[in-house]
Amino acid sequence: MTGVLPLALEEATKVVGALLLAGKEYVCVMRLHAAVPEDHVKAVLEEFQGVIYQRPPLRASVKRRLRTRTIYYLDFLEMEERNVLFKVGCEAGTYIRKLCYDIGEVLGCGADMRELRRTRVGPFAEEDKLVTLHDVAYFFAEWQEKKDESLLRKFVYPMEKALELLPKIVVRDSAVDALCHGAHLTAPGVLSLETGIKTKGTVAVFTQKGEAITLAQAQASTDKILIMDHGFVAKTMRVLMPRGVYPKKWRSSSKS
Amino acid sequence: MRKVNAPWELKRKLVVKAEEETNPRFGCKPEERTPEDHIKFGIINLDKPSGPSSHEVSAWVKRIMGLGRAGHGGTLEA
Repeated sequence: MTGVLPLALEEATKVVGALLLAGKEYVCVMRLHAAVPEDHVKAVLEEFQGVIYQRPPLRASVKRRLRTRTIYYLDFLEMEERNVLFKVGCEAGTYIRKLCYDIGEVLGCGADMRELRRTRVGPFAEEDKLVTLHDVAYFFAEWQEKKDESLLRKFVYPMEKALELLPKIVVRDSAVDALCHGAHLTAPGVLSLETGIKTKGTVAVFTQKGEAITLAQAQASTDKILIMDHGFVAKTMRVLMPRGVYPKKWRSSSKS
Repeated sequence: MRKVNAPWELKRKLVVKAEEETNPRFGCKPEERTPEDHIKFGIINLDKPSGPSSHEVSAWVKRIMGLGRAGHGGTLEA
């Protein structure tokens, strides 16, 4: 299988957790086991949009019990004899091979997956500087030879790109180093925030310069955080920024 | 009928709670990092070839670029 595989380098490996849980998009060729009219195929694909039940396949890396997954869209693209080309946007952990099998069951003829290409992982889509292994080797060697920074930026994104789809919270300089040490974010540190933050949902915490500091679990909604004057706003789950980039502005509780 | 919006179809707005300047002496904008830091805090949108596993592909990039660590987001079956 081919397609979008975001690769995090060095310190940026800390953001991969956010990508594993991000939604994905695939283009797939499904092979039907008998001839079916196009209209019927289209109607059945439509039925698979929304929340579906799916039991992970025999060869799976998770427990094989029935679970629900959300299919954001399932677009029919083309059909040639028994081959159906479709595009699917889905929640993390959706098995496309199984989706094809289940579509085949509902169609009544049976079906299996023949080709699969991933076209998106969260914020990384095919149109976003997608590079091959050859491109990586070439651009990297060119950069080493010419020391031209623009060559590097042609194929490497800042890790902040990986957090684009998460609601963000921007904090004061004085809150940054405490967060880097693993502290939870409290209300006075918040400067601005995005709409759509839900209690217990994941948020990305940023500096005013746009640097990612932490991944955190929101303790209140956007509306509530806006009027909070004390208490935890977000509990730190993963620290992304090294300590000491911003000055330490917090007092130690010890009485020395 | 589409029932649920994909995360990449959502639009969010930034709302301000308080205002303050940031001190230019500390940190820097992600797009202004030094080349060394740009790699250290970098992520590549790789087009995985068919055949090798996601793990093998990340090991190759690690070797090509002489990195200590590299990790992929979301395994793609070989």
